[in-house]
Amino acid sequence: MSSDKSSRCERGSERSARKTVISKGRVVDPASDFDEIADLLVDEDGLIEALLPGGSAEIGDAEFIDAAGQIVAPGFVDMHVHLREPGQEYKETIASGAKSAVSGGVTSLACMANTDPVNDSAAVTRYIIEKAQEAGLANVFPIGAVSVGLRGERMAEFGEMYEAGIVAVSDDGMPVADSALMRRALEYSRMFSLPIIAHEEDCGLCQGAVMNEGATSLRLGLKGMPSAGESVMVARDIELLRAAGGKLHIAHISCAEAVEMVRVAKRQGLAVTAEAAPHHFTLDERAVEGYNTNAKMKPPLRSPRDVEAVCEGLADGTIDAIATDHAPHHRDEKACEFDCAAFGIVGLETMLPLSLELLRKGVFPLSRMIDAMSSAPARILGLDRGSLAVGRPADIVVFDPDAEWTLIASELHSKSKNTPFDNWTMRGRVTRTLVGGRSVWEQQV
Amino acid sequence: MAVSERINRHLLGLEGVSADDIEVLLDTAEALTEVSQRDVKKLPTLRGKTVVNLFLENSTRTRTSFEIAAKRLSADAVNISASGSSFSKGETLEDTARNLAAMSPDAIVVRHPYAGAARFLAEVVSCSIVNAGDGAHEHPTQALLDILTIRQHKGRLDGLKVTIVGDLLHSRVARSNLYGLKTMGAQVCLAGPPTLLPAEFEQYGVELHYDLAEAVDGADVIMMLRVQRERQDGNYFPSLDEYARYFCLDEDIVGRAKPDVIILHPGPINRGVEISSTVADGRYSVIMSQVANGVALRMAVLYQLIVPGAEGIRGSTLAATGPATGAAATGVVVADATAAGAAATGAVVADAAAAGDGEKLGAATVAMGGRDGS
Ligand SMILES: [Zn+2]
Repeated sequence: MSSDKSSRCERGSERSARKTVISKGRVVDPASDFDEIADLLVDEDGLIEALLPGGSAEIGDAEFIDAAGQIVAPGFVDMHVHLREPGQEYKETIASGAKSAVSGGVTSLACMANTDPVNDSAAVTRYIIEKAQEAGLANVFPIGAVSVGLRGERMAEFGEMYEAGIVAVSDDGMPVADSALMRRALEYSRMFSLPIIAHEEDCGLCQGAVMNEGATSLRLGLKGMPSAGESVMVARDIELLRAAGGKLHIAHISCAEAVEMVRVAKRQGLAVTAEAAPHHFTLDERAVEGYNTNAKMKPPLRSPRDVEAVCEGLADGTIDAIATDHAPHHRDEKACEFDCAAFGIVGLETMLPLSLELLRKGVFPLSRMIDAMSSAPARILGLDRGSLAVGRPADIVVFDPDAEWTLIASELHSKSKNTPFDNWTMRGRVTRTLVGGRSVWEQQV
Repeated sequence: MAVSERINRHLLGLEGVSADDIEVLLDTAEALTEVSQRDVKKLPTLRGKTVVNLFLENSTRTRTSFEIAAKRLSADAVNISASGSSFSKGETLEDTARNLAAMSPDAIVVRHPYAGAARFLAEVVSCSIVNAGDGAHEHPTQALLDILTIRQHKGRLDGLKVTIVGDLLHSRVARSNLYGLKTMGAQVCLAGPPTLLPAEFEQYGVELHYDLAEAVDGADVIMMLRVQRERQDGNYFPSLDEYARYFCLDEDIVGRAKPDVIILHPGPINRGVEISSTVADGRYSVIMSQVANGVALRMAVLYQLIVPGAEGIRGSTLAATGPATGAAATGVVVADATAAGAAATGAVVADAAAAGDGEKLGAATVAMGGRDGS
């Protein structure tokens, strides 16, 4: 499937007939507080069978994976992905998105509802699940819409979609502008324990704006979105959560004020969680210089001070998860005037090295990084994933944290190549991805 | 000189442009002003060259000025405007650029409603690009002619106090002037309501004032920006009446400036809004010399960009057009500006004798050209 000789991507809908031994890697499982050189055994049913001292496992006729010098972790769970199918298959399909995911070590992903048609019904939810099963690579968990057609008016049928398999609701791409709808959605979601994932944007404050408001937008003559365009909505939703109950998850948090609000709300015991995207802790607004449309996204790249606040939030757990907001767009939607370009970038294949960069900067230790990329998002979405505990599905990523490679946008596995990291030297690479015990991605380094 | 050596010769903005480069352009323009005063107003310098005026936003005034400039240098000028072009039928800027490139122009002068559009073109096509105004970003030729006008009246730029008043936030003219004036050593003061004068302007090392009289105090030059009615709808101020109450330049306020103050306005003027009629028509106003300088300055820019290694400014080049690097990437950068601009232009003017036909368009025609969305 892959033209790249050094990497392999296997569709393999057939069950692996034999056991697998991942040998002598540093196995890190934050969910069970495990961090040792160990052999990890996967049974014939694709479940985690045992963790044994490094080098002690009997190999026999099991498939052998040498992980010496590498990290073995629960496969990453990316809770914020736009797969574009149905409706915009020219940007990404469920299959191409899933392939992009496993090449980046993501074994489970949650896909947003802003497809065409919108995922606001069980029919669309089931369609996505079927397509994902056909692709047979990553686990795909659909997110349903909060409102019918993402129009922000009538609540979508949470119950019907829940029974079809959604794991959360969100109008992502759009904020829920109407406070009354947000309140009712929080209340109603309690019936199913579904988190509401909020894309926080005040439409008035952000109208016509294309980047962060600040020194750079002023120089470039571009209309800016102030931080308040995000933080006023975070404040509103925390207050609605306090009154209505339910579970609130703040998507792609990007500004210092919003991070502080979530910190305080958590201290008060509110059921609020948050995620940050790698681009928001890696780049700041200066990346837009030269009118780089691959640095255009919502929320926008903020100031250096905001980047620091996001890092602090990840370090102290205020921000629970790292999620990519993988947003594929066709070349033509980016090769135009900055004002006209689409918002968003692809992220599945750069999540690991960019997160490792924070580790190297001392923002967090390895176990916290893996927690943010696997265990925490699985916990937020209520998934039986993100852990290497015995008996769990063997969704596993093996990566070399020091392998250096150059990212070439045109070689991304996603159908779209809209990344600001083209030609960047990356450090840290996925060498093997297993989903349900099956090896679905292999890369020599 | 080979075509490849002309690649990347653009004027995208004044950010990052050196004082030497600005001086060469001003000196060249100065020498060319003389041409406008002759009977035969045409030089053969750009004979056989093609200049495309791509105006994707209405601006009869600036377009006419560029067109006359090109014709006075004997270039073929092709005008393409938003209405009637395939652009208005949904063609992308990239496609438009490629189609234009197929005509092998030597320069494209572009006016566009979006910031960064001139730079975008420079990345797509290989000829020279002159930014004639891109969104709220820059309008370098307008600023250069303002600076030329100031130099003509004051004899210098260094140490002058220049106060710019009005809608700074949305003004490309203000941004280009800021860069140019600061580079030439002027002290710049900005005045306007806080909604149109965000604190981020402090990054330029300028003073910000919400009080017009204070800002004008001791000024050598006052530059008034046009205020657009639409800003009222964005609640940047309650009404044009209230705007005028605090920011209309009248005789009293001008009295706070130096006695020999000059007043500039990129036009067209909203009389009674940003400037009173008495002041606009008064002795301080140099608005008409701005218009006259416009043609000469644009001739200078076209000449310096199109003529390979134009005398005295060899190696004229510019800016990175690759992926964003955070570096300032706009403007003309002249590698070797040691030879005097005057010497260079002397040569041009000498060519005039060879000019065949006489184009009698006077500068005054430009003045009344119409609305300029600066
Ligand atoms: Zn979003």
